[in-house]
Amino acid sequence: MARLSKHLEIGSSPHVTDGASTDVIMRNVFLALLPVTAFAVYAFGTGAALVIIVATASCVLTEHWLCRWTGEPSTVGDWSIAITGLLYGLTLPPDLPLWMVFVGGVFGVGVGKFLFGGLGMNAFNPALVGRAFLQAAFPQPMTHWSLPFAEGRFEQIPSSVIALPFWEPSYDAVTAATPLALMKFEAEFAGGRELMAGLTSGSVGETCGVLILLGGIYLVARNMMNWRIPASIFATVAAVTWAFQLYDPATYPGPLFMLFSGGLMLGAVFMATDMVASPITNAGCWLYGVLIGVLVVVIRFWGGMPEGVMYAILLANAVSPHIDNLIQPRVFGTGGGTG
Amino acid sequence: MLDLFRKDTFRHGVHPPEMKDDTAPLAIRQFPFAPVLIVPLSQHLGKPAKPVVREDQEVVRGQTIAVPDGFMSVAMHAPASGSVRRITLAPGIMGTKVESIYIEPYPASTQDIDDGEPCSLDATPDEIITAIQNAGIVGLGGAAFPTHVKLKPPEGKHLDTLFINGVECEPYLTTDYRVMLEQTEDVFTGIRYLLRATGTSKVIIAIEANKADAAQKFRDTCPDDLPVEVRVSPVKYPQGAEKMIFSSLIDREVPSGGLPADIGVICCNVATTAEIGRLLPRGRGIQERVITIGGPGVRKKGNYRIPIGTPVRFALEQCDPVDDISRVFMGGPMMGPTVSNLDIPITKGTSGITAFTTAETGGSTGHKRVYPCIGCARCVEACPMFLNPSQLGILAKNEEYEQMAESWHLMDCFECGACTYVCPSHIPLVQYFRMAKKMVRKLSAA
Repeated sequence: MARLSKHLEIGSSPHVTDGASTDVIMRNVFLALLPVTAFAVYAFGTGAALVIIVATASCVLTEHWLCRWTGEPSTVGDWSIAITGLLYGLTLPPDLPLWMVFVGGVFGVGVGKFLFGGLGMNAFNPALVGRAFLQAAFPQPMTHWSLPFAEGRFEQIPSSVIALPFWEPSYDAVTAATPLALMKFEAEFAGGRELMAGLTSGSVGETCGVLILLGGIYLVARNMMNWRIPASIFATVAAVTWAFQLYDPATYPGPLFMLFSGGLMLGAVFMATDMVASPITNAGCWLYGVLIGVLVVVIRFWGGMPEGVMYAILLANAVSPHIDNLIQPRVFGTGGGTG
Repeated sequence: MLDLFRKDTFRHGVHPPEMKDDTAPLAIRQFPFAPVLIVPLSQHLGKPAKPVVREDQEVVRGQTIAVPDGFMSVAMHAPASGSVRRITLAPGIMGTKVESIYIEPYPASTQDIDDGEPCSLDATPDEIITAIQNAGIVGLGGAAFPTHVKLKPPEGKHLDTLFINGVECEPYLTTDYRVMLEQTEDVFTGIRYLLRATGTSKVIIAIEANKADAAQKFRDTCPDDLPVEVRVSPVKYPQGAEKMIFSSLIDREVPSGGLPADIGVICCNVATTAEIGRLLPRGRGIQERVITIGGPGVRKKGNYRIPIGTPVRFALEQCDPVDDISRVFMGGPMMGPTVSNLDIPITKGTSGITAFTTAETGGSTGHKRVYPCIGCARCVEACPMFLNPSQLGILAKNEEYEQMAESWHLMDCFECGACTYVCPSHIPLVQYFRMAKKMVRKLSAA
């Protein structure tokens, strides 16, 4: 008979877990964004590559520095900041001066995440905070779009990208209008197939709807994303748009155009689903998605700007805690059951 | 409601690996007597029993050694023939000391049991309830609630359905499964006693799909005169919690803060029922119970009929522990409390001993990094009580215990651990809630 003389460890039950880990979830979100990123570089060339690299680096470095500065262990290892950085880069125009990219990243992480208390505490999606800051500070460069698949996009770096800080950037690429701007100011509606395949101009990573959707499907399949948020956004945008198109087809585009133009796909799949800044209950997520969908249509149709996804998500982020206060699961044994 | 979509299960819950294959095929075997048996006077919820033996007295296996002290109390019986060494404080599983009777079995102590006054099936309900109390019967599923107390519903409540809980949803445990296969007759006899005692007219035996052969055995051997229905639920944790069983099978929810009697039902563990059927006709008391000793930390895994009071150390040593054994807990890995002292005894509420090695626990460096809550809502999707563990966890960290109880239904948590099981940020949610519940009880008592 074996004598048992070993020191045993103690720990509280449950003694098993399903193995899920926050950093694994974050890494998978990052992975799901890589095809979109690759397409962005392919479509927009070296300018887009530099924007994405600087955006990611600025966010990661800012978080690392801020942690060091406050004497906390660096939280870069949880990969959430890498997602923020990559997403932030994907929302920017492909020929944005790099110094602006950097400033926006520092602002987004510093104000959008760190001031709120870091991971888990941020009320707003930090990537969008950075972008909103740039939109307010540098409206012209933020609405300057280059053509996708331009000749020689891999051979040269657009001169605006390497503009010196606080100097007026000079653009050498041919300016293009985004499908949403054409819709808004010219009442021209791009075709659905062109939009889905990412043949139009726009922010670095927002153009190819199909790849974004594939990334989303991967995350939903791995139970790392609440599909109800994008689903309710899509449904709301499609339904509202369809109603208006019925009413006046000359002024209002169809649902397919609205779904695949601008930042809607990227926003609905990867931004609005930020777990921290979205409601916790499924019912709350439906409501949150509907709110974003309505806001997107309202801003796009009647706002001053052609695109409204960013502000729609930020506004819904602000409402999200209130949705959580309003909608809570019905606790077992408190009525509602037939017992 | 939507009868078309009813799947005989509850909403939410988790699917931990079942891990029952090692011990499920092993028949119940008798466990030897330890050199000393420690019988705590409080193995149940309620008042400790009163000892009726003195130190150095000789006792016979099965003899009553402590009698109930009031209604919320049950009797204790000598697990072996031997002499009472001491009656003193002994360590218990929760780290507190409990008044206990130390019995040293004779070297020649046999398995023969001293029979007492039998209780027949014609007895009145009150006589059966008293017999159950004197047999020392408590819920053997783990809660150790005195069974006879449950059988007497509060005034004005009518019970219509008796549930026999054979779900056994904890991973690794196979005791109820073996009891169902090997003591089927005892279960039916126990059901007869329970029907008579409670006046219920309908019996539902609840079983999970991974024990389909046990369900089939019940169906095949059920006497025609017993109003028994066997229902099989899909495998899901915590299907075996009685509230979940009622919700799964008859779509009734026990009201928040209420009792099963409030919805006209009563639930009894299948092993408890088998013990009632085995002990009452012979006038015996519980002096042993079936437990599963398993997990990767022991080599001689099995289902054993083990004397109450056997020290955990003795039980493990008999089962050939591996060198790498690193954590031992009573019951299964989802709810089982960790054994911090191997000299504590096995009690009536112990359904198993599971031993893990460093491969499962990660050893001393295996503490997973705790990340902040990212609001992923997995805990909300897992909680069978439809609570918001994410919010409760944040409040617990801020020590807002009263708000947790008043606004977020903390006291409805029955500590199944599903939230902690799924949390990707490795937040010890259920641990927080156990502590918070204690604090709330303390605050409301003050």
